[in-house]
Amino acid sequence: MLPICFEWHWDVGHFVFMGLFYTALTIIGAGVVYTFMATMKDLCSGKDPHEHGHH
Amino acid sequence: MDDSKFWPQGVTRCKPGAFIAWMLVCLGLGGWAMLSAFLCIYKGLNQTNMNDFFAFGVWIVVDLAIIALGAGAFFTGFMTYVLRRDELKNIINAAVIIGFICYSGAILMLGIDIGQPARGWFGFWHANVHSMLTEVMFCITTYLIVLIVEFVPLVLENRQISKVPDLSFFAHNLHRIMIVFAATGTFLSFFHQGSLGGMYGVLYARPFAYRTGIVIWPWTFFLFILSAIASGPSFTTLIVMLTEKVSGRKLTSHKVKMMMGKVSAYLLSFYLVLKIADTLYWANVTLPKMGVTFGELYGGGPYGTYLVWMELGLFGVLPALLLLQRRVRESYGLLALAMVLNCCGAVMNRFVMTIQPLAIPVLPFEKFVGYLPSWQEWGISAGVIAYGLIIFSLAYRYLPIFPQEVELNKG
Amino acid sequence: MSLADRYSAGEHRFGMVIDVDKCTGCGACTVACMSENNVGVLFDETDKLRSITWMRVYQIDNGRPFPETQVAFFPRPCLHCEGSHGQHTPCVSVCPATATDYDEHTGIVSQIPTRCIGCRYCVGACPYHARYFNWFDTPWPSGLERPLNPAVAPRMRGVVEKCTFCYHRFQRAKNKAFLSGGKVEEMDYQTACTEACPSGAITFGDLRNPNHKVAQLAASPEAFRLLERLGTNNKVYYRTSREWVRRKADNYLQDEKTGQVAASQGGGH
Repeated sequence: MLPICFEWHWDVGHFVFMGLFYTALTIIGAGVVYTFMATMKDLCSGKDPHEHGHH
Repeated sequence: MDDSKFWPQGVTRCKPGAFIAWMLVCLGLGGWAMLSAFLCIYKGLNQTNMNDFFAFGVWIVVDLAIIALGAGAFFTGFMTYVLRRDELKNIINAAVIIGFICYSGAILMLGIDIGQPARGWFGFWHANVHSMLTEVMFCITTYLIVLIVEFVPLVLENRQISKVPDLSFFAHNLHRIMIVFAATGTFLSFFHQGSLGGMYGVLYARPFAYRTGIVIWPWTFFLFILSAIASGPSFTTLIVMLTEKVSGRKLTSHKVKMMMGKVSAYLLSFYLVLKIADTLYWANVTLPKMGVTFGELYGGGPYGTYLVWMELGLFGVLPALLLLQRRVRESYGLLALAMVLNCCGAVMNRFVMTIQPLAIPVLPFEKFVGYLPSWQEWGISAGVIAYGLIIFSLAYRYLPIFPQEVELNKG
Repeated sequence: MSLADRYSAGEHRFGMVIDVDKCTGCGACTVACMSENNVGVLFDETDKLRSITWMRVYQIDNGRPFPETQVAFFPRPCLHCEGSHGQHTPCVSVCPATATDYDEHTGIVSQIPTRCIGCRYCVGACPYHARYFNWFDTPWPSGLERPLNPAVAPRMRGVVEKCTFCYHRFQRAKNKAFLSGGKVEEMDYQTACTEACPSGAITFGDLRNPNHKVAQLAASPEAFRLLERLGTNNKVYYRTSREWVRRKADNYLQDEKTGQVAASQGGGH
């Protein structure tokens, strides 16, 4: 999982596999962080939480 | 005791007493599972009827089956958010919850299935990137994170919880960027559905499972993806129909169900063409090269050729032909029947690919070995179903997951 | 293809030749193996689907009625496959936790019990049933810890184990060679089963070294491997002069001649 593990090789397999894995994690993480920040912004702006209605 | 103020706005639910009784039934099944899990962890996997011939048993069949059926979540998500089929917004919430149940249930089950549960994380830490199972582990876990992210806003939409402004904003903001999560989930899910198939296809020393393929992917990789996305939407719709029958309320319009049926129909037909081609190639080219005949593999013990006819005919071609017809899709009962057959096909395929390759010896002087699961194995399998029933019942009772419900039940 | 070309580059390719015509099926190899490698005795050893025998002796017969009945034995250790290229054994390629490894120097397939998570995918992948899962805690009744071999760690419940070609003996031989400044000689590294076989049916050594007896025997036209045509490319050879025994070692279509089909798969992935 990390280059510090002894079975890690800097080869194509690891680049592709771990590359995609960390990309997916980064996207999910960024999405969640963005949501937190947007929520903070909404709260500070004093909007009415129910104006956006149902989904 | 009145919990009606927690129900979604404008709908009714069954009496608390009935609900509690139902929960107790589910918890009873759950208790059986807990006892089984305790025994398997405390005393070891000798509590199962698995052995060195049947290294995989009913748990892996259930795992693969529920993950295939849970594919409704990612594929419906893909169609709703990426392909922008707005009608499907009426069923996407149910699909997400079913997906969440299936994936988390599968991971819970795998936690018992491995001999050293405390070392489960080794698969991540010491990952062997050349193993299909590694890919499955990574993708399932990552996709479960996606499903949790998709599930959270539904929980936050509960009538009482959404009164908290922080949580309401949070749910709203998550919804706004749902396409990002849906797209990531689609990618992850595609890969691990495939890798689950790849797990069997790469077993080149097991003629029953082995398939040729392209680059590093055996044909089973693509077949598993297709059969999962063909049966997943059907399963989601079936659960909705079941909930409608149990609750006596209309939850989605029939148009939505028909659309899910149509999606299943086309995907299932496409899958079957490829699956039949794959089976023919495997039986006539791949197997003879290994010195084995199709008749030998389907002639051992209880695993006769009738399995092929059932998997590809009764549970394959028949539901595909049914679902392809508009008249069938228009009928509530026939649509449900065709979808049940479709889901049975996926489960049967996972059974055939898991149990049969192990049951049939490869060495000419080995003997056929039978296997029947122990009550502990059935207990854990039943527990996963109970877990799903509990989560879905709670979600249906307290969360506004069906946007059309209020309107469809007016008057 | 010559013997040396069958395997990937590497200093040694340890292997075995088992003479089926010499094997009497006595099981001394099995006992020696259990004792050498600290394989315990379970409470119920009658359940052979769950007991552990790294070196298992299979009995086969020609299927003819008396008096034409003939019996032969296939002692089966781990066959230490290599597959089409180096690491591509059926088991090593599938392990999610890198708990089993193909040693490029010796060609030995190792197992790391302390890292195995017990998923049993490798057990399912191996067509020879050479891999065993620890379904039980091995009981070590008081006193039985004394004959344990200190060079081999006993395994815990819930992990997979298998024959290692007595790898600890190779390590010992390397130490000896280092101290004496020489090389590991043929007789310095022999497995416990080889030493125990009373009829001398098992020959062990380096298939890559033409001076080793095993390399000469394995090159004989009477030598063959189990399930050769699956392409597992393993390193345990058998030898027999009886056609029916050889026919039992692989799967054949009805019209195929014994021993005349080449490995067709080789694990293309």
